[in-house]
Parts: sequence; C-alpha cells; structure tokens
Amino acid sequence: MKFDIVKIREEFPILRQKAHGKPLVYLDNAATSHKPRAVLKTLEQFYTEDNANIHRGVHILSERATEAYEAARAKVQHFIHANRPDEIIFTRGTTEAINLVAQSYGRPNLNAGDEVLITEMEHHSNIVPWQMICEERGALLKVVPVNDAGELRLDQFEKLLSSKTRIVAVTHMSNVLGTINPVKEIIQKAHQKNIPVLLDGAQAIAHLAVNVEELDCDFYVFSAHKLYGPTGVGVLYGKRALLEAMPPYQGGGDMIRSVTFEKTTYNQLPYKFEAGTPNIAGAIGLGAAIDYLRTIDFEKAAHHERELLAYATETLQSIPGVRIIGTAKNKASVISFSLEGVHPHDIGTILDQEGVAIRTGHHCAQPLMKRFGVPATARISLAFYNTREEIDIFIRSLKKVKEVFK
Amino acid sequence: MNDLKDLYQEVILDHNKRPRNFCKLQQANHHAEGYNPLCGDHIDIYLQMEGDLIKDISFEGSGCAISKASASLMTDTLKGKTREKAETLFDGFHQMVTGGTGPAGKEIPQEMGKLAVFSGVREFPARVKCASLAWHTFHAALENRHEAVSTEEEDLNGKPAQQS
Repeated sequence: MKFDIVKIREEFPILRQKAHGKPLVYLDNAATSHKPRAVLKTLEQFYTEDNANIHRGVHILSERATEAYEAARAKVQHFIHANRPDEIIFTRGTTEAINLVAQSYGRPNLNAGDEVLITEMEHHSNIVPWQMICEERGALLKVVPVNDAGELRLDQFEKLLSSKTRIVAVTHMSNVLGTINPVKEIIQKAHQKNIPVLLDGAQAIAHLAVNVEELDCDFYVFSAHKLYGPTGVGVLYGKRALLEAMPPYQGGGDMIRSVTFEKTTYNQLPYKFEAGTPNIAGAIGLGAAIDYLRTIDFEKAAHHERELLAYATETLQSIPGVRIIGTAKNKASVISFSLEGVHPHDIGTILDQEGVAIRTGHHCAQPLMKRFGVPATARISLAFYNTREEIDIFIRSLKKVKEVFK
Repeated sequence: MNDLKDLYQEVILDHNKRPRNFCKLQQANHHAEGYNPLCGDHIDIYLQMEGDLIKDISFEGSGCAISKASASLMTDTLKGKTREKAETLFDGFHQMVTGGTGPAGKEIPQEMGKLAVFSGVREFPARVKCASLAWHTFHAALENRHEAVSTEEEDLNGKPAQQS
C-alpha cells in the first residue's frame, strides 16, 4: 500500500486554509501538531453526549465518561508498550510530568552533594524542574555536553555518571537539533549503577516507535498535543515500583482513599497522582489520536518523514549562507538553521507572509543556543502530512528572504 | 506583498546593514541593558547626559533587522535632544508602532521624522517588541536602572512594568 498523502491531508481540516492569501505550509510541528478529524469528532462527541465527572457518579453519563477515560489510559499503555495501565499517569503535559518526577522522586531521593545528570540539549522543561529541586535539596545539576554535530558526548556521559548521581534525565529526541539520542545505551549504563532514567519523549513520541519495556526506561513523559491530540494533557509513564514508593505530587480529590482531619490515606496508582478533575476530554482525545495513528501505517509515515527530512536538508544546504545547526547521524524531522546576515526573526516574518509557518527563537533551549554561539535559530519541523511541494515553497520563500536582505 | 515592503523599508534595511552609533560610548554616564527573551535580542544603550541634554548616545548588541534599525535610528534621532523631547518622541513612537495613530502611513506626526519608517510595524503585532526594545532600554538608561529591561515584563498596555 502506498502512503496516500492526499487522503491523509484530508483528515486534517486546518491544513486546507490560506495564510496571508497563500496556501498554508505548516512546518512548526515540533511546537504543536494538528489534529485529525477523528480527534475533533471525539472531543465534540464527548461534550455532546458523555460529559460527566469520572470515578464518582452513579449515573450513566459518569459511567460512560469514566469508561472512556480509562479506555484512553489503556490505549496509551499499549501504544508505548507499558506493562500495566496503572503505570500511566495523566498529567497536564510533558512539563508537569517532569515536575511531578522532580518533586515526588527527586525530593525524597536527593540529599546535599547528590547529583542530577541532564544534557546540554535539554528543553527548559527538563532543566528548570531539576534546578529547582537541586537548589532545595543542596544537590548539584551536572550536564553532559554535545559535540559540534549536536550529538551527545557519550564519553563525557560515562565520566559524569557517578556514585553521587541519583537520576538521569535526558531527551529522547532534541526539539532543536533533531538528534535522536542513544537512549538504550544511556539507560544500560545508568542501570549498571542502579540509577534510574527519565526520558523526555515530547518530540520522539510523534516520530519514533516507543517501547518503554524494551528501552527499560524508568520514566517516560510526553504531551498529547505533539502527537496529534489535544493540548492540556500529557502522560507520565513510570515503573510501578518507583511510582508506588513516591509520595503524591498534589493533594486533592480523587487521589485519596479516606480523609479525616487527622490523617489521609492515599488512593492506589494511578489515581494517587491524579488529584482533582483531570482533563477528561483531553485524555479521551489523546486516545482518539492513538486510534487514528493505528489506521495509518506508522512505519510508512516515518519513512515519508525521513524522505522529507533528507530532501529538505539537501535543498537547504544548496542555498549559500545557510548553516544547519544539528547534523547528527541519527536525527529526525527537525532542521534548525541560520542564514548569513539575516536574523531568524526576520526570516520568520517574511516566510509567514508567504504562508509558511516556522518557528524562530531559542526554542526553550537557551543553553544549547549558547553552545552553538547563536542567539536564535530558524526551525522547520515536519509531520507526516507535509509534502515535497511544501518544502519547495519553503525554499522558494527563503530565497525571497535573501532578496529582501540582499 | 505591500505589507512586507512597509515593514522592511529601504531605510530600515540600510540601518540594519550599517548601524549608526554602534559602539560602546567611553564617556557614557548612563547605561542600561535590554533583552527580548522570546527571540534572544540583546541590546546595550549608552548615554552621555549633560544635565537634561543627551550629549551623545550609542548602542551595542545583536538582534533582528527591526530591532537593530530601530536602535540605530533612535540614537541618530535622540543625539542632541533634551530629555523632555526624547520622552515625547518615545510616546509618539510607541503610539505609532502599536497603532495608536490610525492606519499605516497615515497621521504620523511631523516631528517623528525618519522614525516614521517604523509605522509599518503596527501591521505585524509579533514585531512590535522588536521595534520598541531600544526605546524601553533607552528609558531605563535615563534612569540608570541596573536590572536588564525585558520585553516580557511589559504589562498588558504594552509599557514595561515598573521595576524596583
């Protein structure tokens, strides 16, 4: 079966619009991806037919809502190959999931002089939560550097992995460089020293087949909205034994078994970590996104993305003055670049006028910008609904930028 | 495409390429630093004040064409002006780029002079902060504020929040 791009694009109604009078070319998928009709329909259907609070009503709407919410959890479980549904915690997103681990795992396990090991290519959301808990506990944040291609320095990783390291937190795939990290090797090395590993899967989840059991990671986090699902909901996967030992992150309804003014006992997993009414529709919408992804051939979609990436890289490189930042051997779907004599912000504005949506700025990775000696970059990020023609439009528009600034 | 031409006028492109007063002012008695955390723009403004007179002014930093040209034209304009006149121009500039004076190219007060080339910015709301960074930083320099000015600390009215 051929990868039918026309049919796929029809499932994403937002792509049909014009921007500034030109066909929209959306190349900002690493910021957020668009939602297929199936997700939009599911959200509407939930609020039209099933809306109710979960885990507490005796009435039929609540039963249906609860069932759909828990079914979404099971879909996530199978999607990332977790052992059990109670290892899947719904959060507000990747950021909240990392904060949850930093607070609930970090606080009891970090003491003065202990270390948290992250990398130079982390998004701020995998830096700042660790910085905060390190400061509170008197622990140290250690950083694995990257080489000029934007690959992790594994030799440095091994050096920095010490008897004081309490947790390793690393991105599965960089949102700036596109680098896919050798996470299996990282996890093996850390586990040899009994150190748990958190993988930030915010980018990887939409481009790579993720199998948490095979990876043997201890925590895996991602957001629904980068996986063609709704905003405001994300996932923390954690190994059951670790989650069991961790104290709750937030207190409130649904996370308790019983409450008196003297003492509260907490609910079992996963509810212990889901205080308050969750983003019910969002979780169900994520489930719908996963269902949708099962209807397309994920391997073919990934192949299409790889072809686009190669094509975009090649054509970009042929433009004089373009410097691609992030040239790792193993990378996916993201190209950061600069254009000599033109600031990324100006590139972004001019491309926008051509209907081409890209991201410019520091991409929430200021330390990485510093590493590569740039204040900002322009970035295109692809999804499987993008086409070669769109890359051509992007390249033509970029030539226009050069004309304006000649 | 007329919009783009409004934004990237020749004068702006010229000042981007060859910024005026682009140096550190040795005799400066006022200085402030400004940055735009969203795009990484960074600017230093140096002032040599003699009483209420802006005897000399310069800037250094990195940023997009709009922010660089804005800083360049601002320094050109403000040199030799009084503090009071500068404040009036700041208000006028702010109104012009945020659309306070009507559609682009219209009703720009004569006194804005060359600064009128920035009237196209109002059609690009995402770029207003680029155009005004230099001015906010100049304002901070007048007060010799030590904390860097950030475009993200503006209140909802588009003016920088008062920093202690």
